[in-house]
Amino acid sequence: MNAATLDAPDFDAKAAARAWRPPPLIASAWLRYAIYLGALVYAVIAIGTIEVNWTRAAEGLERAGRFLGGFFPPDFTSKGDDILEGLLESLTMTVVATALGLILSIPVALGASRNLAPLPVYLACRAIIAVSRTFQEIIIAIVFVAMLGFGPLAGTMTLAFATIGFMAKLIAEDIEDIEAAQAEAVRATGGSWFQLLAWGVLPQVKPRLIGLSAYRLDINFRESAVLGLVGAGGIGDTLNTSFDRYEFDTAAAVLIVIIVIVLACEYSSGWIRRKVQ
Amino acid sequence: MLLRIQGLSKRYPTGDVALTAVDLEVPAGQVMALIGPSGAGKSTLIRCVNRLVEPTSGTVQLDGVEITSLGTTALRRARRRMGMIFQEYALVERLTVMENVLSGRLGYVGFWSSWFRRFPNADIEEAFRLLDRVGLAHMADKRADTLSGGQRQRVGIVRALMQDPQLLLVDEPTASLDPKTSRQIMRLIVELCGERGLAAIINIHDVALAQQFAKRIVGLRAGRIVFDDQAEALGGGQLTVIYGEEDWSQTIGRAEEEAEATGTLA
Repeated sequence: MNAATLDAPDFDAKAAARAWRPPPLIASAWLRYAIYLGALVYAVIAIGTIEVNWTRAAEGLERAGRFLGGFFPPDFTSKGDDILEGLLESLTMTVVATALGLILSIPVALGASRNLAPLPVYLACRAIIAVSRTFQEIIIAIVFVAMLGFGPLAGTMTLAFATIGFMAKLIAEDIEDIEAAQAEAVRATGGSWFQLLAWGVLPQVKPRLIGLSAYRLDINFRESAVLGLVGAGGIGDTLNTSFDRYEFDTAAAVLIVIIVIVLACEYSSGWIRRKVQ
Repeated sequence: MLLRIQGLSKRYPTGDVALTAVDLEVPAGQVMALIGPSGAGKSTLIRCVNRLVEPTSGTVQLDGVEITSLGTTALRRARRRMGMIFQEYALVERLTVMENVLSGRLGYVGFWSSWFRRFPNADIEEAFRLLDRVGLAHMADKRADTLSGGQRQRVGIVRALMQDPQLLLVDEPTASLDPKTSRQIMRLIVELCGERGLAAIINIHDVALAQQFAKRIVGLRAGRIVFDDQAEALGGGQLTVIYGEEDWSQTIGRAEEEAEATGTLA
């Protein structure tokens, strides 16, 4: 029994129920229909401006067919040593870069958490994250190749640098979301700042820290396959070389190897993330 | 006098004034209830005592040491003597019961010892003794988030006692508990204070519980102390001063009957 029924005994719930409508996404009816109409007009005009050269498209289709035909059958053997070498190089780059990036990202993540760091430190760490995340890996790789020369070292540094921004940003967000009361309780016992981190913060962010590390390992392997295109080492180098020599069957073999490894990484990182929750 | 608060004021950066010139003294071994409406400054007051909240002005002295002027290291040392118990228990949920209890010793051990969980044997023994005292020794290796509310609060109490405190700061210990468990927790806190000769400031919403378990009641309204007397002296008139106009006749001195009535339901 609520107040409204007490105040108005002749209140007609049936009529009210008939008149009730779920609230629309945009409250004003005028604005709502204006947006619908605008979207429709835009779509019609936009489709009208697309020029499709159907004869070119047909030729291209045929050429794509020939190109893809060159991929079969994939040839794992004639350049087997190169593939294996590239693969091992990629895996090494991935593991080293992930470990290095992770270690460097933790202090940055702590500094980028508003609930732990004073404002100047916070701004500095957020700036590091912003720089690391602004540039696509390829661009960073070009810079590192120019600095360190061709080869896996440039690729490793690139991945480590990208890992810092990725991990620090996401871990900092997790640290900002911790239960403040648990951290407060650790402070109240007379624990030091480092004990606050180890006892009040780390247990709360550990599952995400482990899960993100596994995920980043997976990303870094995928990226390492691309970095070879700008000469930063890894299996991408092998792939690039085989394309340059028109050895499409070897290229197909490399692509299959990459797909298999990426799938394996994805499954294992997914499994790890489920386990630590 | 164990705790001496003089002219304590707190104004938050947002401009909200939580406390205005509060004077309060608590002798050793006294269990005191702090009552008042939400937003009266109860939580702020006890957090100013261990400086989880920095007071704007005024002084706090614990056992002759002026807390308000201490540097970081000395403040940590002083905090060891003030155990704190929280409304939502504030256990570190992903750690075990034993780890939570041992975290009460963090102020006494170095970082690396605490990192590797290498606490002195005497501490671990004391932890088991206290856990057994509150009936939770068999839960030592359970994760804290698997416990019920009442069990968690008992772990919170043990953690505070592990600090070897002189004073307990207790912030709404029963607000998330059912009426029966609330009484058990209040009884436990008061008993343990008696056994160990501890003073306590207990923030509490429930006036009947405050009257039942505390000898002295202090009423806070809008950041000022408006009542400070024996628990029996609290009547309808005083409650109106603290909380505002309301029919108080059913509230006062009814805790026992209420416990019996709700005990069967809980």
